[in-house]
Amino acid sequence: MMSEMLILDREIESTVEVQNLFFACYSDDVPENGGACVKYHGEQIAIFNFTRRGEWFATQNLCPHKQQMALSRGMIGSVGDDCEPKVACPFHKKSFSLKSGDCLSGDDYKIKTYPVIVNNGRVYIEIKD
Amino acid sequence: MSKKNIIIIGNGMVGHKFCEKLVSKTDQYQITVFGEEPRIAYDRVHLSSYFDGKTIEDLSLSTKDWYLENHIDLILGDAITEINRTEKTVHSHSGITKPYHYLVLATGSAPFVPDIPGIEKEGVFVYRTIEDLDKMKAHAAKCKSGAVMGGGLLGLEAAKALLDLGIKETHVIEFASRLMPRQIDDAGSKLLQGKLSQLGLQIHLNKNTSSILGENEIKGLAFADDSKLDLDMLVISAGIRPRDEIARLAGLEVSTRGGIVVNEFMQTSDKDIFAIGECALYKNMIYGLVAPGYEMAEVAASHLCNIDKQFHGFDMSTKLKLIGVDVASFGDAFVSEPDCTSIIFEDTHKGIYKRINITNDGKQLLGGILIGDADAYNMLLQTVNNKIVLPPNPEDLILGARGGEAAAGSGVMTLPDDALICSCEAVSKGAICDAVTSLDINTIDGIKKCTKAGTGCGGCIPIVKDLITGTMKENGVYVKNVLCEHFDYSRQELLDLAKMNKIKSYDQLLDTFGKGDGCEVCKPAVASILASLWNDLILKQDTIQDSNDRFLANIQKGGTYSVVPRIPGGEITPDKLIVIGQIAKEYGLYTKITGGQRIDLFGAHLSDLPVIWSRLIDAGFESGHAYGKSLRTVKSCVGSTWCRFGLHDSVSFAIQVEDRYKGLRSPHKLKGGVSGCIRECAEAQSKDFGIIATEKGWNLYVCGNGGSKPKHAQLLATDIDSETCIKYLDRFLMFYIRTADPLTRTATWLDKMEGGMAYLKNVVVNDSLGIATELEAEMEYHVNTYTCEWKAAIENPDMKKRFNHFVNAPEEKDPTVKFEGMRDQIKAGAW
Ligand code: SRM
Ligand SMILES: Cc1cc2nc3c(=O)[nH]c(=O)nc-3n(C[C@H](O)[C@H](O)[C@H](O)COP(=O)(O)OP(=O)(O)OC[C@H]3O[C@@H](n4cnc5c(N)ncnc54)[C@H](O)[C@@H]3O)c2cc1C
Ligand code: SF4
Ligand code: FES
Repeated sequence: MMSEMLILDREIESTVEVQNLFFACYSDDVPENGGACVKYHGEQIAIFNFTRRGEWFATQNLCPHKQQMALSRGMIGSVGDDCEPKVACPFHKKSFSLKSGDCLSGDDYKIKTYPVIVNNGRVYIEIKD
Repeated sequence: MSKKNIIIIGNGMVGHKFCEKLVSKTDQYQITVFGEEPRIAYDRVHLSSYFDGKTIEDLSLSTKDWYLENHIDLILGDAITEINRTEKTVHSHSGITKPYHYLVLATGSAPFVPDIPGIEKEGVFVYRTIEDLDKMKAHAAKCKSGAVMGGGLLGLEAAKALLDLGIKETHVIEFASRLMPRQIDDAGSKLLQGKLSQLGLQIHLNKNTSSILGENEIKGLAFADDSKLDLDMLVISAGIRPRDEIARLAGLEVSTRGGIVVNEFMQTSDKDIFAIGECALYKNMIYGLVAPGYEMAEVAASHLCNIDKQFHGFDMSTKLKLIGVDVASFGDAFVSEPDCTSIIFEDTHKGIYKRINITNDGKQLLGGILIGDADAYNMLLQTVNNKIVLPPNPEDLILGARGGEAAAGSGVMTLPDDALICSCEAVSKGAICDAVTSLDINTIDGIKKCTKAGTGCGGCIPIVKDLITGTMKENGVYVKNVLCEHFDYSRQELLDLAKMNKIKSYDQLLDTFGKGDGCEVCKPAVASILASLWNDLILKQDTIQDSNDRFLANIQKGGTYSVVPRIPGGEITPDKLIVIGQIAKEYGLYTKITGGQRIDLFGAHLSDLPVIWSRLIDAGFESGHAYGKSLRTVKSCVGSTWCRFGLHDSVSFAIQVEDRYKGLRSPHKLKGGVSGCIRECAEAQSKDFGIIATEKGWNLYVCGNGGSKPKHAQLLATDIDSETCIKYLDRFLMFYIRTADPLTRTATWLDKMEGGMAYLKNVVVNDSLGIATELEAEMEYHVNTYTCEWKAAIENPDMKKRFNHFVNAPEEKDPTVKFEGMRDQIKAGAW
């Protein structure tokens, strides 16, 4: 894991598009243990700074329940003994795994998730088409 | 070896369930589904909720992806018109021909439309599909009056739908002499009729419709008794007819009264063709409910996988979903003496009727009817189905135990393991308890996911809840009142821990006393505890706040926010009114006077909130905390300054009280009221605290609320002066904040308090716990440390940044926000 990061490290600045890495924002733009919304071409991506776990996550911003652009404003946390990271939509509290995108409230929805890479205080979202 | 073809005709509730069952058992078939409706199977049982906000997606039972993933070919919007049994092929309306090895008919039923002259007129509808509902909706917009023909289960549901559509004058026309003739008895029907009249329905019994009046469009009904009724629309709900037309054409055995004849394996007279759901006739019976249909799907799918399962009829107990009136019938509702003993309980005042039929030896329950209060339905149904031996006083089953003992009857845990708890999904008690024990599941959501129980009509959820707690108790798990999976403490315990250990942040509390990474339940609860204890700015730990608290505004449909400045006591100067008007105009906000005597501005973009608030603050406004679990409003009446009956100046006192407690964080929201005399125009007795002027001072009432379970406040002290009133209020509020569970209003808190009002009075008035000075000091601290959260937010550039919609495009607003026009203002676009 560490070595992969290092390779990216050198290449990131010049090859953002090639790597499908999208520069989203600086790490201190996103509140600790909270989320923010990133504009990516026509889309909206929610990005989460899970400080408590030292991890970053990104998902679609659209909540599939009532099609609301809201997940970035949701509350994050974990569920279960293996601490599955999750976000709860602010509208009706449907919650989704930040890892798999599965809905954890028993519905069939699934949200898109994206890998996030943070480097030197810069936050990148990896977009695979 | 190539796979055998199965073709399913009909993608309704049962057809879809069959697909689910089959793919869960085997992958040895190539499955094709033809559905006549243009969309994937949806939840017809909850069709009516389409009128109160559910969307097609909400109702949908599956997705195209699911069919793709399971390699099922799904052809929608195309009906099968012919089955060729010699060639073993089916032909569709659009011209597709497909061979089959096995065929499953799941064609459901169609509404029965009686042959009455004029029935083809515009404005006459049936109630079965989403298209029917769309048509009704479009037509209803211009209607003042409407009727439903048929007072059965579906008819009453359709009548409720007409009310929901805004049709003020709604009639129900029934041919028989009582409502729901198939489910309830005469006495029950009378009571139900009374209840429905209160809901605004007009019921006509013994009415035989002779013709439908009007030119092209319906204008009214004429009846056999020569009476008439003027109408703008009519919904026919006179029963169902199984859709057996293609079976009939193909020469399969069908009944003259409709229905495809099947055996116990759901096979028709051709052993390669099955029929399931509402089109199937088993032992001369059509089962017009979804649960038996699902059971048929299970039986047919099993048979196709060589698993031995048979259909042996099904319980037809029902609970009506009408809002506002509980109606249920179960087991044998109609047996009567001398074949059984019936116990009847009737309370015409409250509109409650309950009847249970028990065997003459008093040992077993046969069935019954519940109207007005159907809480006991699940338990009674289980008692019938599992032949549980009755307690010595069976009347306790419907009366509840008297004399303060625990509810009689048999608890859920005494049910046998194979007791069917969720009949929609056929889940037994054993399966649920097993999930709790061996998979360690202890939430409703968890059970839904793992067993599917409760995902159908939802009627079994209360009993599932009881089973979860019951099983946990049996397993020796001490079921404690804990916050959530991350904290093994109650709110009160956590508050004490935080206080004793001087803990000021959520992470610190979680590290010291919790586990995991928190969630949307414990974060806001802890946020409220910390705010009550230390009165720190909530924006300092914004991400543990509920979304509304985090952005200091209430999120609205579409993702915009509302702005509610505090208007203490409802008093406002013309200048301030003008400022509100100007700001609303500039930022395009919808304005409305709230039920709490102030003005709400709706439709603000997240990124506009800071500027809107800085304008308001410049004009002397403060946050109204409409977003917080904290003091909302202290409502006032005009009082002695103007009113000829006013005893004291209720406005001034309301303002004083509101200013004292503004921003006070509490387990739930707090509302107050001050009335200038006993006429009570401020509705103070429906508030968490209410103050009413008397000749000699004030009467103080506490623990009332409006909302879904209204409660009147109770008298705490009489004829006290203003100072004493504030002192008691300080103590009362702080005691509540210290001891209540999260999201518990004062009335519920008092309900659970041992000793009730007498105890509370003792603590607040007589200081029986010796904590009065402490409580007062805590309140004093709150008052002295109050700052307007919005003022602090706009003064700090870092905090202001939090209100941008896009981090990487701060100047841009959310482009998906949509408004529509209405009465010269805007409203949020529909979900
Ligand atoms: C705006 C307003 C309706 C209106 O247009 O008049 C309103 C709007 C909401 N009410 Fe209310 N209530 C409003 C007066 C009331 C009243 C009347 C009153 O205060 O005198 C009541 C009954 C009195 C009471 O609370 O005891 C009331 C009982 C509720 C309840 C039920 C509380 C209960 O204990 O059962 C909820 C649900 C809850 O809080 O859990 C609720 C919740 C809500 C929420 C917060 C629902 C939500 O989560 O979105 C609404 C958000 C408002 C917003 O976005 O600003 N609202 N709500 C009123 C705002 C008053 C104000 O100035 O702050
Ligand atoms: C308003 C309403 C409320 C209800 N409430 C309840 C309730 O509370 N509890 C309860 O248990 N039940 C209730 N029901 C009944 C329940 O919805 C039915 O029992 C259930 O839908 C039956 O499922 P099915 O698959 O047999 O029929 P359906 O769901 O009707 O599905 C049959 C499908 O087959 C299609 N079809 C028919 N012929 C062809 C053809 N030749 N080719 C292709 N497709 C064809 C039809 O278009 C339809 O989509 C309610 C029904 C309604 C309308
Ligand atoms: S009653 Fe209150 S919560 Fe319900 S819709 Fe009206 S404002 Fe919203
Ligand atoms: S819109 Fe997200 S939960 Fe309802």
